[in-house]
Amino acid sequence: MTDATLAEGPVVVAPGDYDDDHPVTNTGLSNNKLAMWVFLASECLLFGGLISTYLLYKDNNISGGPLPRQIYDIPFTSISSFVLLTSSLTMVLAVSAIARGEERRGRTWLATTAGLGMVFISGQVYEFQTFVREGMGFTTNAASSAFFTLTGFHGVHVTMGIIMLVSLVVLSLRGRLGVERAETVEIVGLYWHFVDVVWILIFTVVYLIP
Amino acid sequence: MALTETGPLALPSGDGAGSPRPLGVFARPRTTHGWRSWVTTVDHKKIGIMYGATALFFFLVGGMEALLIRLQLATPNGKLLSADLYNQVFTMHGTTMVFLVVMPLGAGFMNYLVPLQIGARDVAFPRLNAFGFWCFLAGGLVLNSSWLLGHAPDGGWFMYAPNSGVQFSPTHGIDFWNMGLLFTGIASLTGAINLITTVLNMRAPGMSMFKMPVFTWMTLVTQFLLLFAIPVLTAAQFLLMFDRLFGAKFFDVSAGADPLLWENLFWIFGHPEVYIMILPAFGLVSEILPVFSRKPIFGYPFMVFSGIAIGVMGWGVWAHHMFASGIGPYSVAAFSMSTMLIAVPTGIKVFNWIATMWGGQVRFKAPMLYAIGMVAMFTVGGLSGVTHAVSPADTQQTDTYYIVAHFHYVLFGGALFVFVGGFYYYWPKVFGYFLSDAGGKLNFWILFVGFNMTFGPMHILGLRGQPRRVYTYRSNYGYEFWNMVSTIGAIIIGISFLVLMANIAIGYARAKRLSAGGPLTAPPDPWDARSLEWLTANPTPVHNFDRVPTIRFGLDELFYRKYREDEGGRLVRVATAEEVVEKGDRTDVHLPSPSYWPIVVAFGLPFVGWGLIYNLWLALVGGAVVVLGIFGWALEPSVDDEGGPLHPDHGQPPTTGESGAAEAPVEQEAALVD
Repeated sequence: MTDATLAEGPVVVAPGDYDDDHPVTNTGLSNNKLAMWVFLASECLLFGGLISTYLLYKDNNISGGPLPRQIYDIPFTSISSFVLLTSSLTMVLAVSAIARGEERRGRTWLATTAGLGMVFISGQVYEFQTFVREGMGFTTNAASSAFFTLTGFHGVHVTMGIIMLVSLVVLSLRGRLGVERAETVEIVGLYWHFVDVVWILIFTVVYLIP
Repeated sequence: MALTETGPLALPSGDGAGSPRPLGVFARPRTTHGWRSWVTTVDHKKIGIMYGATALFFFLVGGMEALLIRLQLATPNGKLLSADLYNQVFTMHGTTMVFLVVMPLGAGFMNYLVPLQIGARDVAFPRLNAFGFWCFLAGGLVLNSSWLLGHAPDGGWFMYAPNSGVQFSPTHGIDFWNMGLLFTGIASLTGAINLITTVLNMRAPGMSMFKMPVFTWMTLVTQFLLLFAIPVLTAAQFLLMFDRLFGAKFFDVSAGADPLLWENLFWIFGHPEVYIMILPAFGLVSEILPVFSRKPIFGYPFMVFSGIAIGVMGWGVWAHHMFASGIGPYSVAAFSMSTMLIAVPTGIKVFNWIATMWGGQVRFKAPMLYAIGMVAMFTVGGLSGVTHAVSPADTQQTDTYYIVAHFHYVLFGGALFVFVGGFYYYWPKVFGYFLSDAGGKLNFWILFVGFNMTFGPMHILGLRGQPRRVYTYRSNYGYEFWNMVSTIGAIIIGISFLVLMANIAIGYARAKRLSAGGPLTAPPDPWDARSLEWLTANPTPVHNFDRVPTIRFGLDELFYRKYREDEGGRLVRVATAEEVVEKGDRTDVHLPSPSYWPIVVAFGLPFVGWGLIYNLWLALVGGAVVVLGIFGWALEPSVDDEGGPLHPDHGQPPTTGESGAAEAPVEQEAALVD
């Protein structure tokens, strides 16, 4: 508080310099984008809990059946991981295309990203079926419960991402995904990249670390 | 930071070139009165009131359960409740008080006050805010529906494995607990995202982080704790749900499962949870004490940083709940020390509250009594808490009534005391009429006596070895006298809440009579308050501020608009409350429109819960409602351009009042430098 402000006397009505309809945020990030970052921070702890559970039980097949690491097909999962990581690249291309106002190109990349996500999910479904056929179901032992829960939760997250991407493609087809909505695409992109980063962690922890 | 060129950043959630009503399911709700205005509201003030009212309803339910417990234990060999029913009652008492009373009461105050304290018109995501409330209500109803659908949960609020497995708790009670708390978890998570974004992004010009009131700071810390604690509980609950409903092996000891997994996950959530419950109360007491002492809060930076320190250190003490579970000497030693350390920032707060009162012109109004009572009672609870940190003593105290005494002193004597004080303090702000001060003092003293009679003796009972969670005790163990005292105290607490209800009813009737049918309005700034929420008229108008305030004096902005210091350092009044406080009569503010979608989405959730327990087809129907609701929500513009109060010339700054044109750019910069 300076002397100058003290001398001004009472502030009866604060002077207006604030546009109610288009507020400038304090951080400079839009509310929507900040909220997505905050949400993703929370998701870290959800996956943290599930990954810890898996680490605790990964060698526990006391109630019988094979352990996940005894029946993995690492080359197969590596390929589907590669597909998922490629989808991060196409997501980046989609965001930059929409930001430049190239709606058609953006739509193509969004559809590609969703498609790559679907390939990953199909791979996961195939993998789960194979494991069940080989005698490791959800309830077989503690390790299998932990494995299916962790990778299943990730799969659900990818599926939700795909639903969002497909919704964006539909919006775009109806001509409602112009450059003014670039930030929405960017926010979906944040979510998508997060899901990919989590998969890098899961792939390392579950499949690569012996 | 020059951010002024960035232009409009917040995108409307769905307005394209197409029609303004993209999904023709519902006409946009426009009512401002009647029940429909509450069901569709997105106004943070109405949502705050609904949180408070619902929490009080559940407080009644949880209070009844508490009285049943106390009546059962009043005499040896009590016959009121069977062992099985007693298990259900204490489980539901704990769960209700934690998740459906203390947390939502805090949420109610935070929802109502935070936008007002930072000078905003609403929270960042008004519809998400409404959704959070309806999720909380859905969770509370699913949890309590267990009473009607056969069997309530009976594993204690901490729900330790493997006792919570199907083998030891074959009824569906624990499934209801799981579903209910998953839904209240959604409420907490959306609320956390919303309030964090609001506080970080929507402060009024000039309101930098270190000019925010302590309550807003404690809200921010609380919401970060919720943000990180709730997903851990969610993960643990999913594991338990998969075990109970689908036969997974997470907590099945015959399959080699580790019971400590649940304990660790639960308390990693559970210890931050106790700070989630107490920090909003710390914030409220930091608002009430300075006003009634007529002094600024003592050591504001210390208050803020000790709050942050509690929030950070709260993550490193969880295993002190598990000293008796055999976690090993090194873990016990480490968690003992961290638990003792966390008493330091808490102690700083207590000393600062006392120093705030020291030398002030203390007015003993009803809210002040509750605030002082809270500081005293919380200190008692805090000291018994430090004795738990001493692990050899703790192994003696574990599972005795000493623990029960401790957490009731911190949660009831700490949080609930100050929430009741907050009612007396903010009632004119929220409802436009006063609660009787004499009635409030009567209420306080009855509560104070009843509280200490109920929970004080539990220290003695616990040290004499009476175990908690056991439905009865035999005579000749020396438990009779203090148990009877405790039961009488519990009845006195019940009476004190009847006094509160009577005070509300009588105050309302009197205000109605005086206003002669007109709207209830309280005089501006009745307590000679210090922070921004009192800059608005009482009750708060729907648009909050007539003009978004510019912060010039920092903390205690409102106070320094009324007072200046003269050369001798004495406070001199320079403006009356009537001159400073806004009239609340502006009608052209563009507000977020009400919406049906939040309640529609939340309506689907209980059916998902019941469906997972009874029949998956029902879950599918509920899930379909949720998914379709989310799409309807996403495609609905957040602001309805067709109706409602519109801005006269869209895009121009509002023009009411005198605009200090020369000052505008300077203040804009002040707002953005942070």
